[in-house]
Amino acid sequence: MSVLNLSTFNALRESAGADFIMELMDAFLEDTLNQMETMRNAVAANDAESFQRAAHSVKSNALTFGAEDLAALARELEMMGREKNLEAGNRLEVLNEAFEILRVRLTELK
Amino acid sequence: MTPVMKTAPSEPARLLVVDDNMVNRMVLSRNLGKEGHLVETAENGKEGLEKFRTGEFDLMLLDIEMPVMNGFEVLEACLNDVDLRQIPIIMTSAMEELDAVVKCVELGAEDYLTKPVNPVLLRARVNASLEKKRLRDEHRKLFRTFATKEVAEELLRGGFSLGGQMVTATVLASDIRSFTTIAENQDPSDSIELLNQYFSMMFDAITQNGGIVNQIVGDGVLAVFGAPIFYEDHRERAVKAGLQMLDLLKVFNENQLAQKKAAIRIGIGITSGKMVAGYTGTQNRAIYTCIGDTVNLADRIQEYTKEALRPLLVDAYTREGLSERYKVEDLGTVVFKGKNQAVGVFAVTGKG
Repeated sequence: MSVLNLSTFNALRESAGADFIMELMDAFLEDTLNQMETMRNAVAANDAESFQRAAHSVKSNALTFGAEDLAALARELEMMGREKNLEAGNRLEVLNEAFEILRVRLTELK
Repeated sequence: MTPVMKTAPSEPARLLVVDDNMVNRMVLSRNLGKEGHLVETAENGKEGLEKFRTGEFDLMLLDIEMPVMNGFEVLEACLNDVDLRQIPIIMTSAMEELDAVVKCVELGAEDYLTKPVNPVLLRARVNASLEKKRLRDEHRKLFRTFATKEVAEELLRGGFSLGGQMVTATVLASDIRSFTTIAENQDPSDSIELLNQYFSMMFDAITQNGGIVNQIVGDGVLAVFGAPIFYEDHRERAVKAGLQMLDLLKVFNENQLAQKKAAIRIGIGITSGKMVAGYTGTQNRAIYTCIGDTVNLADRIQEYTKEALRPLLVDAYTREGLSERYKVEDLGTVVFKGKNQAVGVFAVTGKG
């Protein structure tokens, strides 16, 4: 497990091209922020379906970039949502921290 | 000698990417766009289905987990739509949704890809699916050339499989009298032209009455009525087609004579009963055909028109299926070569 699996990331960068990877990273960072907010709102509204879907999206994006830690955390949250269990405890904060670490790492690579 | 690399220049195709995830849409569009394909996207199942229904796409990449309408629902809607079911759908999903993907492929999805999508696999799967679609489209065109639209659709709906089934149907066999002599006395290209004109008229009479031409051998035609689509009145349909063929032949001959060309005569034999019908051949080349005594008898009776001096003959069971409006002449029984039992033969001379 790692913050960013470089071989996955480099493969993505190679297939996307130097310009497009920038666009993609911006979209990823922005989308993940939005999805995390959706998850917080979903907990407040006890909306397991939205919660699960947002977690799924975060996981899916994270896997695309090779962000393994973030993906693993998001996967756990997705499973919880699927089981209609929104007792997330501090997991959303942990997710947010993992995201911040990743954001720094990605910015370095820009 | 260096082997010639066969580069398959993939034709630009119109692809629809349906995924609620923006990053996935971007990555997929980018990769497919680089292949020269024209890509459109949709953000959820409902939007995707609406776009797909415009009929402007050659292939859809479909996510499973989506809001509003999920990939399952979209897939099912497409498979239930006669116009959409032949367009390939590739499911895209996360690794742990493999169970769901398997279900989709069982339902009728063309293939699947796991996300994150590997660009090499993506290219291979999309191109393979497009190629398969191209072949299917060609098949469809072929079916439509040789069979009626109903049969083509029936085939595509029921799927194609070799092997027969016992059906009760009517077979019509026709032949041009002494065509060989005619062919010997004129230019080969004239013979082909004559045959083509003749066939196109005869086929019209057959297909109009719900028959399918399943064999053309030389100048002979074998058609079946009541299979693969069953018609209660298969016997009457075949006889009606036979009479129409004779009417059309009159028109054909008038034209021939006007052009100082030879007139032709034909014989038609119609029999009904049980037969084995189905697709024979190989997976790559097959025809819908009928086999059995009923079919052989149609050919024998057709031959017998020469002796009977009547152009349209039917067997007893076919005769029983005709309404009183048909003018029928009882010619008694005939024992045909290779048959043990005498067969009742009737000439149909017209319809009131």
